Amino acid sequence: MNAASWMNLSLLIWFPIITGIATYLLRHVANGVISRSVANIAATFMLFAVACLLYSFDTTIAAMQFSQRIPWIPSFGIEYTLGVDGLSVLFIAFNALITFLVIVTRKPNANNAYIAALLVTSGLIYGAFTALDGVLFYVFFETMLIPIYLTIGIWGGVNRKYAATKFFLFTLFGSLFMLLALFYLYGVSGSFSIKDWHILPLNIDAQILLFIGFLLAFAVKTPMWPLHSWAPDAYSEGPTGAIVLLSSTKIGAYAFLRLLLPIAPDAVNQLAPWMIILSLIAVIYFGIIALTQSDLKRLITYSSVAHMGMVTLGFFLLGDVALKGAVILMLSNALAAAALFLCAGALSDRMGSCRIIDYQGIVNVMPWLATLFVFFAMANVALPGTSGFVGELLVIFGAVEYHLGVGLLTATVLVIGAAYTLWLVKRVVFGAIGNSQIAAMKDLNHRERFGMVVLAVVMLVMGIYPQPFLALIDVSVTDLLAHLARTKL
Amino acid sequence: MLLIILLPLIAAIIVGFWGRRLPRGASHLICCSAVGISMVLSFYLLWRVNQGYRFDDDIYTWLDLGFTRLTIGFLIDPLSVLMMAIVTFISFLVHVYTIGYMKDDKGYARFFAYISFFTFAMLMLVSANNFLQMFFGWEGVGLASYLLIGFWYTRESAIKAGMKAFLMNRVGDFGFIIGISLLFATLKTANFSEIFVRIDELQGLTVSLFPDYELPLITTICVALFFGAMGKSAQMPLHVWLPDSMEGPTPISALIHAATMVTAGIFMVARMSPVFEWSDTVLSLIIIIGATTAVFMAILGLVQNDIKRVIAYSTLSQLGYMTVALGVSAYSIALFHLMTHAFFKALLFLAAGSVIIALHHQQDLRKMGGLRRIMPITYITTLIGAWALIGLPPFAGFFSKEPIIEATKYSTLTGHHYAYIALTIGVFLTACYTFRMIFLAFHGQPRFDVHHDRGYQAPKESPLAVTVPLILLAIPSIFAGFLFIKPMLFGNFFDRSLVVASEHHAMVDLTENWHGIGAYFLHIPSTPAFWLALLGVVVAWFFTLRQPQASAVLIRTFTPLYKFLINHFYFDAFYEKIIARGTVAFSRMSTLVVETMGIEGFLVEMPIKIVRWSASLLRHLQTGYLYHYALAMVLGLLLLITRWGMI
Repeated sequence: MNAASWMNLSLLIWFPIITGIATYLLRHVANGVISRSVANIAATFMLFAVACLLYSFDTTIAAMQFSQRIPWIPSFGIEYTLGVDGLSVLFIAFNALITFLVIVTRKPNANNAYIAALLVTSGLIYGAFTALDGVLFYVFFETMLIPIYLTIGIWGGVNRKYAATKFFLFTLFGSLFMLLALFYLYGVSGSFSIKDWHILPLNIDAQILLFIGFLLAFAVKTPMWPLHSWAPDAYSEGPTGAIVLLSSTKIGAYAFLRLLLPIAPDAVNQLAPWMIILSLIAVIYFGIIALTQSDLKRLITYSSVAHMGMVTLGFFLLGDVALKGAVILMLSNALAAAALFLCAGALSDRMGSCRIIDYQGIVNVMPWLATLFVFFAMANVALPGTSGFVGELLVIFGAVEYHLGVGLLTATVLVIGAAYTLWLVKRVVFGAIGNSQIAAMKDLNHRERFGMVVLAVVMLVMGIYPQPFLALIDVSVTDLLAHLARTKL
Repeated sequence: MLLIILLPLIAAIIVGFWGRRLPRGASHLICCSAVGISMVLSFYLLWRVNQGYRFDDDIYTWLDLGFTRLTIGFLIDPLSVLMMAIVTFISFLVHVYTIGYMKDDKGYARFFAYISFFTFAMLMLVSANNFLQMFFGWEGVGLASYLLIGFWYTRESAIKAGMKAFLMNRVGDFGFIIGISLLFATLKTANFSEIFVRIDELQGLTVSLFPDYELPLITTICVALFFGAMGKSAQMPLHVWLPDSMEGPTPISALIHAATMVTAGIFMVARMSPVFEWSDTVLSLIIIIGATTAVFMAILGLVQNDIKRVIAYSTLSQLGYMTVALGVSAYSIALFHLMTHAFFKALLFLAAGSVIIALHHQQDLRKMGGLRRIMPITYITTLIGAWALIGLPPFAGFFSKEPIIEATKYSTLTGHHYAYIALTIGVFLTACYTFRMIFLAFHGQPRFDVHHDRGYQAPKESPLAVTVPLILLAIPSIFAGFLFIKPMLFGNFFDRSLVVASEHHAMVDLTENWHGIGAYFLHIPSTPAFWLALLGVVVAWFFTLRQPQASAVLIRTFTPLYKFLINHFYFDAFYEKIIARGTVAFSRMSTLVVETMGIEGFLVEMPIKIVRWSASLLRHLQTGYLYHYALAMVLGLLLLITRWGMI
């Protein structure tokens, strides 16, 4: 057991789920006051618990920490195994932060059932990031969909049913192939332990099949080109809180690091050039598509998936610098996407529309939002001093080191990203007041401002002094690379 | 030393966050004193460095990558301290000037916050000891420039100009970051001194772009880095953002778009001299691009009617001169010209600003005239700035521009003949457009509209906050040339911060021909540049004052040529109509064809159609319920498993 043996990962998972259920059950009691307090306390407590986890996390070892292992379905060797390492620790921390912000800065009239769904989602996300058993991971990975599916379908926009169904079917479709891969791995190894699978020798054909199975699942979730089609619909229709949580949960990309790369390293080495091409398509194609989106949230979605293209690119360059950059980029994109969706949410709450042409000259009436929006836009175009820069710089370094041509294509993100982001800012934020509805808009209230300012501060800290963040992931990434370099044939 | 850099930042933060609640006096007091102290400390540091003081160390580790550390650290040597002194000096005067210029603007505090932030970013850029921090400053000044060009955010044209500047700079940054990445990928460090020591390791290495197509590594690096410099220092064809940036308030045009930020590219190449010296190919490229910019932008300066745009094109042309100086390995002259140019160009812009406020934001030269009697201080200081700009002895510009032209004569690199001719013609053109501007604005009959309604104030000399900076800038515009030419060009001021390979001997030849200031004056009548400058003044006088209708005749005779010039050689049209609209059209088309028809239509709709189609056969299966589809998927999966016998 670890030094901080009191730190229990199960607590992270089940506390929000149980409080979420409580929030749901108590939603009518005393006008929902109890229910709202439960949610607030739960979110705050989680933030505190994760802070303790970070504090006692040992950055010098690559092994799993705070591990828990309980037999679950012994006849199939399925265990309830949890653990945290450098790859997952920051995602857990960011999940706590984003959940906290989403819950405490929600609208005062937000439905308690909706808040309950967010809490449950958050708990399941912790589960997915800590699970070390294949089946357990699959269960969390899948059940996470249900509350999000519900929030989009019930509290979403006009086309919510279509968006929710599409989202559900797409991800389910991908996951089925992962399930297939998991069963196959069980068949070969007789175990569902992910750590066992990491060291399981496999021939190249098996590795390639596994690679494809996992890839389909994770590519949908990440999302990667061309399996992204659910994302613009889901993100533009979903309610703000849910999409902030969903867009900042990089579980699809994380799964590459936890499952795909270490289980099939030879296939990865062999297929990496194809993955690099797919990623570059995502970076450039999504950037260009983003330019002419007419919907604010769709534009932000394309921007986010373009950055995820940079992330998968960083994975498959298979270099030290690029991989570290990719992990940091995932984190920073989680912040940037969350922040931009919060801005979009604040605007659409007031205007009742997300069409870009409905906006103009926000700066005249909402100076706070305008300032923060410009800041987030700058973080999105990876201006040095913001979190976005760190990851992009390292991935570009890695890409140039890999091949100059790949580097040149990757670096186009500097121009394309700036083009769609600044054009968006120009159309929405600047200019004279566009119409009477804008003239009547009020600036951010305290709760909205609080959420965005916290995100802005984290982005700034991460941009000015990223070393503490890198220190957390450093050893595990190095270990993963060493693992990738060894053949499993 | 840290204080020099941090003070403007602290001021920017204070005024930026609390400026709206502070009284106006507090905003300018905080920012001016912060930058003022910064300036004093910079001059002290300059004095110390001249005594032999050096500093090169890291402050903190930004990222520890194992094999190397990316850091925030400073390199204080003659090169950086010279830039720091110039930046803080001009910045301080512009801060003071702003008090007068912006006194009625409601974004007063915001403006001060931005320019203080700019000063901080620029200082970070010039004092960096590694690429990372330089890039911090590099992008930071870009951000400040974007915000300041678009300062009047309700003006469509200003926002557009800001965006254009940022995007054009980003195109340059694209090259810059490729250059940095190549150096980082090969030498595994971003630290300047390590790169300079180990750069010879890269000699003879190549890098492949396509299979079987190898590029020499150092040349590729230098091209990429210079591409970054072209963006920042507005060299053709990445120059189009600079004239448009005149949409910003005039103090910004003086500080950012004339004296400091646009010279960042020049500074960067000079800083990288140990790298650039390895590639003659790139030095030739630099010469050709610089000379082309110098002459063609000067031609455009002739046809501008907006007073600020005339000066903007002049800036472009002068940046071309500096670039040529870099290309012929005369880095010290480039920096010398950078310095004198900073003085007289900031002076000209601030004087133009003085005219603009006197005329209530009138910038059209055709609606000025006769101002020399109304605004004597502005007139005389402008005249000094103009003399310095066209390089008349004994003003500053003469001492920095003449050596550039001579250096091109001594150089042996490809393109030096072209540069010599281009720069010499450029001198004539410079004199033409500069004095055309002066004659139109200050001489002749007043052509501005005079209102007689109440509340209208007739044009008058600007307040002290405006005129004092003009006078303070006029002084170095006169004296900086002959005072500093000896130590900076032929002395030992730059020490080892600039490196010149022995085969690039333009500077050595120039030094051999240097026989002191006195001899230099005597040789004036034998230089073509001097006579061309005088001729330029006369031509300008002829077309504006003597025979104003002559220019109309010229325009009528050469209408197509005039149209070509008035449209800036159609560069803007090319970028806007072809590149920007093309990308947007491409984006729309891909949205339609790939997203909607391809991915939505084929990948998403097709399975649904197949389901519907089969459902029409087996009608009872088509339920429309999600869990039925889910069930079908699971069944299908089970089928797959049993068929393939995977378990």
